[in-house]
Amino acid sequence: MFGLNAKDTRLFFIVIALVAFAPFLMNPFPTDSAMAQFNAGYPDLMQRFVIFGIFAIGFNILFGLTGYLSFGHAAFLGAGSYAAVWMLKLLTINVIPAIMISVIVAGVFALLIGFISLRRSGIYFSILTLAFAQMAFALAASVLTPITGGETGLQTALSDPRILDGARDAGGNIPAPGLWGMEMRDSAEWVVSGWQFTFNVGYYLAGLCMILAFYLSIRIFRSPFGMMLRAVKSNQQRMNYTGLNTRPYTLAAFVISGMYAGLAGGLMAAMDPLAGAERMQWTASGEVVLMTILGGAGTLIGPVLGAGFIKYFENIFSKINDNVLHQWFAFMPDGIEDFLVTIVHPFVGKGWHLTLGLMFMAVVIFLPGGLVEGGQRIARLFGRKKKAADKETDASKTPAE
Amino acid sequence: MSFSNLTRRGLIQTGAVAGAGLALPTYLRADGHSGYTNAPTGDTVTLGFNVPQSGPYADEGADELRAYELAVEHLNGGGDGGMMGTFSSKALSGSGILGKKVAYVTGDTQTKPDAARASAKSMIEKDGAVMITGGSSSGVAVAVQSLCQEAGIIFMAGLTHSNDTTGKDKKANGFRHFFNSYMSGAALAPILGENYGKDRKAYHLTADYNWGYTTEEAVRTSTEALGWETVAAVKTPLAQTDFKDYVAPVLQSGADILVLNHYGGNMVNSLTSAVQFGLREAQANGKNFEIIVPLYSRLMAKGAGENVKGIFGSTNWHWSLTDEGSKAFVKSFGTKYGFPPSQAAHTCYVQTLLYADAAERAGSFNPCAIAEALEGFEFDGLGNGKTLYRAEDHQCFKDVLVVKGKENPDNEFDLLEIVEVTPAAQVTYDASIFGGELGTCNPGA
Repeated sequence: MFGLNAKDTRLFFIVIALVAFAPFLMNPFPTDSAMAQFNAGYPDLMQRFVIFGIFAIGFNILFGLTGYLSFGHAAFLGAGSYAAVWMLKLLTINVIPAIMISVIVAGVFALLIGFISLRRSGIYFSILTLAFAQMAFALAASVLTPITGGETGLQTALSDPRILDGARDAGGNIPAPGLWGMEMRDSAEWVVSGWQFTFNVGYYLAGLCMILAFYLSIRIFRSPFGMMLRAVKSNQQRMNYTGLNTRPYTLAAFVISGMYAGLAGGLMAAMDPLAGAERMQWTASGEVVLMTILGGAGTLIGPVLGAGFIKYFENIFSKINDNVLHQWFAFMPDGIEDFLVTIVHPFVGKGWHLTLGLMFMAVVIFLPGGLVEGGQRIARLFGRKKKAADKETDASKTPAE
Repeated sequence: MSFSNLTRRGLIQTGAVAGAGLALPTYLRADGHSGYTNAPTGDTVTLGFNVPQSGPYADEGADELRAYELAVEHLNGGGDGGMMGTFSSKALSGSGILGKKVAYVTGDTQTKPDAARASAKSMIEKDGAVMITGGSSSGVAVAVQSLCQEAGIIFMAGLTHSNDTTGKDKKANGFRHFFNSYMSGAALAPILGENYGKDRKAYHLTADYNWGYTTEEAVRTSTEALGWETVAAVKTPLAQTDFKDYVAPVLQSGADILVLNHYGGNMVNSLTSAVQFGLREAQANGKNFEIIVPLYSRLMAKGAGENVKGIFGSTNWHWSLTDEGSKAFVKSFGTKYGFPPSQAAHTCYVQTLLYADAAERAGSFNPCAIAEALEGFEFDGLGNGKTLYRAEDHQCFKDVLVVKGKENPDNEFDLLEIVEVTPAAQVTYDASIFGGELGTCNPGA
């Protein structure tokens, strides 16, 4: 279906189902229970899951297929965000033009940086992209302050022109980004005996984008173009010796993956009309590398899983403070309670980076194929004797070496 | 790639399904019966404390959080009640707010607008907070304030000193108790003129974001009015920790005054560099070289240690004030944590009480009712003397303290001495000078 083979179609439908039912899947605990702390089904985080999913899918087209490790992908995300916010400021509060322009701007930006950086490969390529991204960050944070808002970030304001639909809404406030009357932050809530599920407009728009992005990525993976990119990864020298110029292919992959990042940036701005310079910082570029490797580089679904994993940690674990810990361990005697809180304390709250780092180390050491490999091992453990299916899984999910 | 199996029927079907999916939320819109966002339904009301727990302002953030915890304790009837006893409005009884027990959630702003908004959003969407407060950076305050305006939540700004927060970027749902750059400039200039003379050449180092800009501008305007000359103004990145390269050219520039428009960890580092370069002992243009720090705090003075001696600056509040409100606050904070509070802690504590009091007086948590109760509210007994919450820009007007690093501190907390209390009238300005518009109050939902 859709030009996919049976295996990919199944994967595609699984992703669609995951996106569509995320409001249920992410909120497994009743709102009043002690475990509600771990619910992730609120609009902002769900939006982040899919947006960073798109970012990581795009990154994976470059890194997973060609093996070129870009350390500056956040620059495209940031460029997309700024372009989108400017569109919301100047043209219309409707998010469609904003998202489109963000993809285009990021694409042009990627063409420029890719054209220069792709003259080198390996570590030199990584350093070049890192240098460009840091340059973009420094420009955005300081030199280009009139365009980017500097450290304060770029926001919509009452004084914007917004040519198509006016600077202010009926109530005299800044209009919220929307889609023909539906605002991105509009949500419907469904309360079922203690559970509360939130269906958010912005989330479903971003989810739709991710499904399309995912579909496109499957098609690229399975196309002759994808095969050429894999060949670049396995032995670029040999390809050059056969008289084939690989640079157009790698440049195309670089631009496509930059446009994915731009799409993610545009969506971020559409969900919340603010673009800050730190979106371009090298830590943000490093984050997408982590996401891809954690999930499984070169696999289709891996980057999405990795993105979800990291964003979950960032938003849920970082909010567990000592108070919450004391509540958890309240049933124990005082001394032991305090002791346990002291032990756990460095790993939650602002220490979430530490937990994430440990998890990352464990994954890289024990599951080099990322979370996807973990899933495969579990599946094998339960002895599902579907040899044929397994074979297919391996072909589609293991990194293309 | 081929799209060979895309048929007309398939396209129409997909289009119809997608259209129905997009239209669905309009029919499902279920919130809206309460009239405003996150109306508390149970027997508790949740406040969101969004403070920097990492980055250059982490010390301030930690102190803000202590103050919030103390305020919640007092609101719920615990402790000695702190400033609730000295507050001129007696609406608060120690039984929570409007009979609901006060609960709170915390988040880390990381002193980055993006991260701060993500954290505030999760408080609003996940935890159901009716009010967001905190922050120690104007960049963050402006970003979170506009988020709260969009979401229909009250924002009680923490430590934010830029003119923009209640100037260019003011919002109907945002309120600030802290003073601003303009007030610092207006209060400092006369003292500087008295002590350093009218013929001075100043060199500015400025943190590169909106607070730095407005502070530099305020100090420049007010000192140039005295007759000073500004030699140069150099912007430094917020994340900078080593200021040697910025301080090195100062002595050669012909300046005899260095103005550090830095706060928190930035100021500690830049001042230390300046002292290491021997600026304190240096002579320029036949005068003693002097350093000025427009916005001072005890935490900064503590971080910079010996280096702050004799340096002028301004502050919103200081624990050594002897009015009833300040004494009550210092006592209950000191009893709980063992050291006196900073100005960041003070403003956050006061903002929480002001919010609670406004909700009591309005009889509702509706942001519009609370905004109405706060606008034009005059109060006393919260440590700054008589204070007005001006309706036009949601800025508090009160006395400003001009302080100086103490030459011979008695203990590790007694680092600043108050040089003058500049009366509110002298620092009051017209609400329209910074531009910007409040817009209208947004109750959300």
